[in-house]
Amino acid sequence: MDSSGASRFVIRVSHIRKTYGRTVAVDDVSFDVQDGGIFGLIGPNGAGKTTTMECVEGLRTPDRGSISVLGLDPVRDATALHEKIGVQLQEAQLQKRIKVWEAVDLWASLYRRTVDSERLLDQLGLSEKRHAWFMTLSGGQKQRLFIALALINDPEVVFLDELTTGLDPQARRAIWELVRGIRDRGKTVFLTTHLMEEAERLCDRVAIIEHGRIVDVDQPARLVDRHCPERTVVLVTTDGAAAEHLGRVRQVDSVIREDSRITLRGRGDDLVAEVISCLSEHRIRVTDFRTIIPTLEDVFLKLTGHSIRD
Amino acid sequence: MRGLLKLTWLEIKIFLREPLGAFGTVAMPVLAFVGLGRIAGRGLSAAASPGSPANKLVSVGFPVFSTVLIAISAVLSLVTIISIYRESGILKRLRATPLRPLTILTAHVLVKLLLTATTLALMLLAGKRYYPVGVDVPLAKFTLALLFSTLSILSLGFLLSSVVPTARFAQPLGAIILYPMIAVSGLFVPVSSLPPGIQGLARILPITYAVSLLQGIWTHDAWSAHLGDMAALAAAFVLFTAISAKVFRWE
Repeated sequence: MDSSGASRFVIRVSHIRKTYGRTVAVDDVSFDVQDGGIFGLIGPNGAGKTTTMECVEGLRTPDRGSISVLGLDPVRDATALHEKIGVQLQEAQLQKRIKVWEAVDLWASLYRRTVDSERLLDQLGLSEKRHAWFMTLSGGQKQRLFIALALINDPEVVFLDELTTGLDPQARRAIWELVRGIRDRGKTVFLTTHLMEEAERLCDRVAIIEHGRIVDVDQPARLVDRHCPERTVVLVTTDGAAAEHLGRVRQVDSVIREDSRITLRGRGDDLVAEVISCLSEHRIRVTDFRTIIPTLEDVFLKLTGHSIRD
Repeated sequence: MRGLLKLTWLEIKIFLREPLGAFGTVAMPVLAFVGLGRIAGRGLSAAASPGSPANKLVSVGFPVFSTVLIAISAVLSLVTIISIYRESGILKRLRATPLRPLTILTAHVLVKLLLTATTLALMLLAGKRYYPVGVDVPLAKFTLALLFSTLSILSLGFLLSSVVPTARFAQPLGAIILYPMIAVSGLFVPVSSLPPGIQGLARILPITYAVSLLQGIWTHDAWSAHLGDMAALAAAFVLFTAISAKVFRWE
């Protein structure tokens, strides 16, 4: 591997497999994560997200395949790797009666290089909770503490496993902002989530995993374009000729009319623009206009044949 | 090293915050020691000869019984903490840091040894004042013997905590295994007068050697008289630690 290749990819996973007894947790997974940006491993519960991530973190040993993180072997060079990465685990706990500042202080003592812990607590909105016991924190506060612990060593790569599961929407949004902040400081973020909205809003690239295999990897918008190019426009008008005019727009595949409501289906990003120009050309007055653009959720449905919530 | 000291200090603080944590491990053996001595001491008149079996029970049996209790409660406390930490994912989270697994265990062992020494000091202090026959003991040597014994029994605790799946099982199981060991340890009945089968059992349990060592040092024996006991305790420590290192589960 040449040096430029090594610096472009911070994580390289090649054909890993992990079984527990007869259960195949990870069947055959390969992907690369580039330097910088937020990479998401997305899929339903039990798809193999956490097992894959924990293999990359050096907490599990794959039965087969190879992994390289920052040029290190996660199993052989575990201690050296843990010095350079930050980890937040799914459903992790701390000692019930450990205080917030004590946890951060302990973690800071474990690494050679650390950031200022007071500032870190401040950035994560935990300053007021410095003296609170872990067991008294809310779900969102606990997650913010775990993010603090994952950032204390100024890591090059940050691993976040199902970070916002169980949080209310408001806490979730606050955490998203924090994760974007981590990326903006030049770190690579590798996260898992089963929330498609989270992946779509947060991730620069996603890998879709299902039954222990990667189905596809790309930017969320490109995945949508590739697998779900369909676009839908719904509009309401009393103009009787509207349906006929709109049916002639090149990108429109079908027109459905129910009373004054017209549903246009077609494909490609130009559909919406062409529909709008057709409306203005024929001076069609509309009282409602909505576009329905597919999401990662639809991509998932298309690729796996079932909804992620099944 | 910095991590070890910090973790040890932190675990001491957290332990003291546990409701009843300090009471169960520290106060219990002290109370057992003073209580037993006072109850038995009342029946023990000054007329009894200093060498009588009853007198020996109060002056050596009860103190050693109490110190063995100290060791066992330290072990039970360790078993419980390790299984809680495993069950709730604390061990796993610590494992994702540069901290070595051994450091985590060492910190907990240090906490338990410190606790053991503290309890012993309290026991002897209370003994000076309230104990019927008084306490006259080679303190430094006895402390060393107790820490040595505790370490050996702790290694049995490692093994237990390695294989016990949940915290709810750990403490009762530990108690069921550890406390009956006292009965055959030679503390109340000399090992040589036990039935042959039980004698064999007694000879493979570290507590038996701990009792022999502690009784000897309490009655001013020299170390050289107990090299066999110490060798057995050291062997048990090496064996149990080696096995638990092999089978230890972090989650």
